[in-house]
Amino acid sequence: MITARYHREIPQRYRLEAGKCVKCGGVHFPPRRICPKCKGKAFETVRLSDEGRLVTFTVVRVASDKFSKQTPFAVGIVELNDGVRVTTQIADVEVDKLEVGQKVKLVFRRIQEDGKAGILCYGYKAILA
Amino acid sequence: MRDVAVIGTGMTKFGELWGRSIKDIFVEAAQNAIEDAGVDHIDSLYVGSMSPGLFVGQEHLGAVLADYLGVNPIPATRVESACASGGAAFRQAFLEVASGASDIVLAGGVEKMTDGADVTDVLATAADQEYEVYHGITFPGLYAMIAKAHMHQYGTTREQMAAVAVKNHRNGAKHPNAQFRSEVTLEQVIGSTMVADPLRLLDCSPVSDGAAAVVVASLDVAKKLNKSFAKVIASAQSSDTIALHNRESLTTLKSVVNAAQKAYKMANIKPTDVNLVEVHDCFTIAEIVVSEDLGFFEKGKGGEAVVKGLTAIECGRIPINTSGGLKAKGHPVGATGIAQIIELYEQLTAKAGPRQAKNARIGMAQNMGGSGASCVIHILEAQ
Repeated sequence: MITARYHREIPQRYRLEAGKCVKCGGVHFPPRRICPKCKGKAFETVRLSDEGRLVTFTVVRVASDKFSKQTPFAVGIVELNDGVRVTTQIADVEVDKLEVGQKVKLVFRRIQEDGKAGILCYGYKAILA
Repeated sequence: MRDVAVIGTGMTKFGELWGRSIKDIFVEAAQNAIEDAGVDHIDSLYVGSMSPGLFVGQEHLGAVLADYLGVNPIPATRVESACASGGAAFRQAFLEVASGASDIVLAGGVEKMTDGADVTDVLATAADQEYEVYHGITFPGLYAMIAKAHMHQYGTTREQMAAVAVKNHRNGAKHPNAQFRSEVTLEQVIGSTMVADPLRLLDCSPVSDGAAAVVVASLDVAKKLNKSFAKVIASAQSSDTIALHNRESLTTLKSVVNAAQKAYKMANIKPTDVNLVEVHDCFTIAEIVVSEDLGFFEKGKGGEAVVKGLTAIECGRIPINTSGGLKAKGHPVGATGIAQIIELYEQLTAKAGPRQAKNARIGMAQNMGGSGASCVIHILEAQ
């Protein structure tokens, strides 16, 4: 990943910062310029809850080259307690024992290494709560 | 808007065409379509292609292909809407003729996927790069999450998904240009390698090279040519959130529901009036979900319908993917939407041979991009 592209996403990835629409209260992650619900254009920065539950998931056995060393790994959609959903890996679990509905917590982890730019890319992963 | 018809078709074999270039396969399909239509010129061309830049390092594909097809200086444009690129290209050709701007337009699609690119990585560019793909999700992975949710919500089973692959391979075995002209058993599907739980290798459409092209023309031109044609009675397109996790429902594809509603309205028909449908079965679960979202089966009953044979060519209530679908015919991404139109044309003009469905008067093609962020639907009618 290009360093600039990674750098500008740090507030979201490191601190789970989202945009809350001043007009309708809808919370959007990552932050947006226009609220898709009410077309509002003013937002305040809020920090997302780091706890939630697993809505659905899969175990990736065949990955792109960048992630091939990590297989098999679990990826799921987590609904955080404030209603926002994110796609994330589920770490530190026996992938065959995961179940829909399990309570999880987002933690700070290394996500991928980038060969070209030589930087390590961090962000959130879920672990069982 | 003027009435528009499909008047000629051409396609290459789908598969691993290592000895042939992207230009070569497109020109073969386009030339065959033009000869089949019996026209002496085309006014413009659109080509659907998802990612020639990443697959073979070639952008500016409209110009490249117009040059090699020998049709300079006509306008030539590449249309991109991920896996719905072919459907979107057909829609542009339809609109150009319907508007009266042109009389005869070629709509093609092409993808060359086996030239050495990291295919999983390239296909993933159709998802949200920063908030889905960043975390390692793949396309089979996204549809696996839809499958898991559908199984959880409606009780859809492993066997029901496998039945889609079995049916589509049975149909594809009868298609001369299909990548896989072989049948598979339920046991083979269920026993194949796991790709992204619960989806296995034989739940997935293959990586393919291939090209397809059709010629569309005004109804007046079609009638003068005095050959068989099919009329386009609806063209609709819809979009949804790029990330799967931002959808209200993980088991309903809203872009499909929305495009279908618009298409039925434009054609002034109901789902029960449709005699056959080509759906975007990039994964077996996709065919099940889409067959429900198009209104052919109640929500949650799509899997059961396949097992009961309601979607088979013979005695089916609504034959789905008589061509073999993406699963067996192959899925050269940009060509898929055009190949679906070709299947409808063959069925509606009674040229589908051993795959011919009975009473084929109205056919629908549903082509989608990403995990359903784009959907293009066309309805054709026999004349």
